[in-house]
Amino acid sequence: MNTEIISPPVERGPETGTVALIVNGQARELRIEPRVSLLDALREHLGLPGSKKGCDQGTCGACTVWVDGRRVLACLTLAVTCEGREVTTIEGLSPGGELHPMQAAFITHDAFQCGYCTPGQIMSAVALLDEGHVTDDGQIAEWMSGNICRCAAYPNIRAAIREVRDAAGGE
Amino acid sequence: MRPLSYARATDVDGAIAAVARRDDGAFLAGGTTEVDLVRQNVLRPGLLVDINDLPLNRVEDLPGGGLRIGALARMSDVARVPGVVARFPVISQALLLGASAQLRNMASMGGNLCQRVRCSYFRDAASPCNKRDPGSGCAALGGFNRGHAILGTSDKCIATHPSDVAVALVALDAVVHTRGPGGEMAIGIDDFFLLPGDTPEREHPLEHAELITAIEVPGAPVARRSVYLKFRDRESYEFALVSVAAAVRIQDGTVAEVRLALGGVATKPWRARRAETALLGRPASAASFALAARQELAAAMPRPMNAFKVELTQRAMVRALSTLTDGEA
Repeated sequence: MNTEIISPPVERGPETGTVALIVNGQARELRIEPRVSLLDALREHLGLPGSKKGCDQGTCGACTVWVDGRRVLACLTLAVTCEGREVTTIEGLSPGGELHPMQAAFITHDAFQCGYCTPGQIMSAVALLDEGHVTDDGQIAEWMSGNICRCAAYPNIRAAIREVRDAAGGE
Repeated sequence: MRPLSYARATDVDGAIAAVARRDDGAFLAGGTTEVDLVRQNVLRPGLLVDINDLPLNRVEDLPGGGLRIGALARMSDVARVPGVVARFPVISQALLLGASAQLRNMASMGGNLCQRVRCSYFRDAASPCNKRDPGSGCAALGGFNRGHAILGTSDKCIATHPSDVAVALVALDAVVHTRGPGGEMAIGIDDFFLLPGDTPEREHPLEHAELITAIEVPGAPVARRSVYLKFRDRESYEFALVSVAAAVRIQDGTVAEVRLALGGVATKPWRARRAETALLGRPASAASFALAARQELAAAMPRPMNAFKVELTQRAMVRALSTLTDGEA
């Protein structure tokens, strides 16, 4: 490779700088260091504590959000890498204050006890329907395995997902 | 997490140059291992060069039935490419049996090959570990090593390679394509993964600032009948205790062609060449499969906590081969 004509990208940090994000459809600017995770940016800098910090090491799924419509773990994502991408959190799941059908189904089926994992469960569950991995309980369990529930509300979580699936006329 | 700088690359050569000019520079793709280990102080980059915008995420069919998988293609996307599902089911299955849906949406194929071991002594950033701190010793040798390797070990390191899809790729003779300050390279995947030997800190032959650009899988009709079998402590979202990637072609009741590789039991994705050799030309029977598996595991170096893997591996190999040849024996 000819190094003469190559221009490496501009370095930012390690000091605080401005990071522009689109969160739940809104343009937001925040002053953070590059090492700040998307989860900390949401919870500590943007006033969006719905995404939960369970393990902070990619094990529990409580921090599940969508980036460009795909479910990912906010604790293993650096916020600065989300510039130019669309971030959706549990707060943005149902704009306008109405419950999303999955949120309503979680209440109907008592799909939680302590509730700490619930925002992540719901962000995964809605994505799961879009992905089409809801044929039966075995498939739901497998594709929801990245969301741990220490209260073991799994049967009720699956019931909530089945209800939304069936209401949508899906398989 | 320690302070670090960040740069987002827009082209491959710019990314390489950015990492090359700093000794503490590193590429950042999906981040699923890297961000975790930076937070744990196991990795200490001063600069992360974000390569996620580089045009390396396509999966293309090659003439002759092969595949070219861009290094930034995500695990979840590769698993559902029709050509992968139809021609290389073992790749699709291995991908979908790894990690969780969220992690598979994030993790890139190139990053998967570069993921670090799950040995708790490596990851705690405190115990003696020759991989993290060369010369400091290996806490796993006399420690809790139930999940550790029985093949390819050394007295410096017994950590198991954690990847699932790499096991399938090793069985299929994939080729890792790289680009770096020194130019482009093509490395057979079995040579891409290094045994720990006396230098467990060196896991692959990549030089500083050398970037994986693609993984090529040569056409292999035998892979149309292939399987990835994985045994673990819980049913999902767990690393393998033992896994087997297998493909086989039976002709007139005997093994005409076979590919076998093992995960969860070795310090690198383990091509089971002894077993392959033992199987060729033999009847496709449980007895032949068991004999071949025993020959492969003859070299095993178990420890008290992971001795169960010797038997479990053999049973898994027999199960995988029996599953593929059911009705043909």
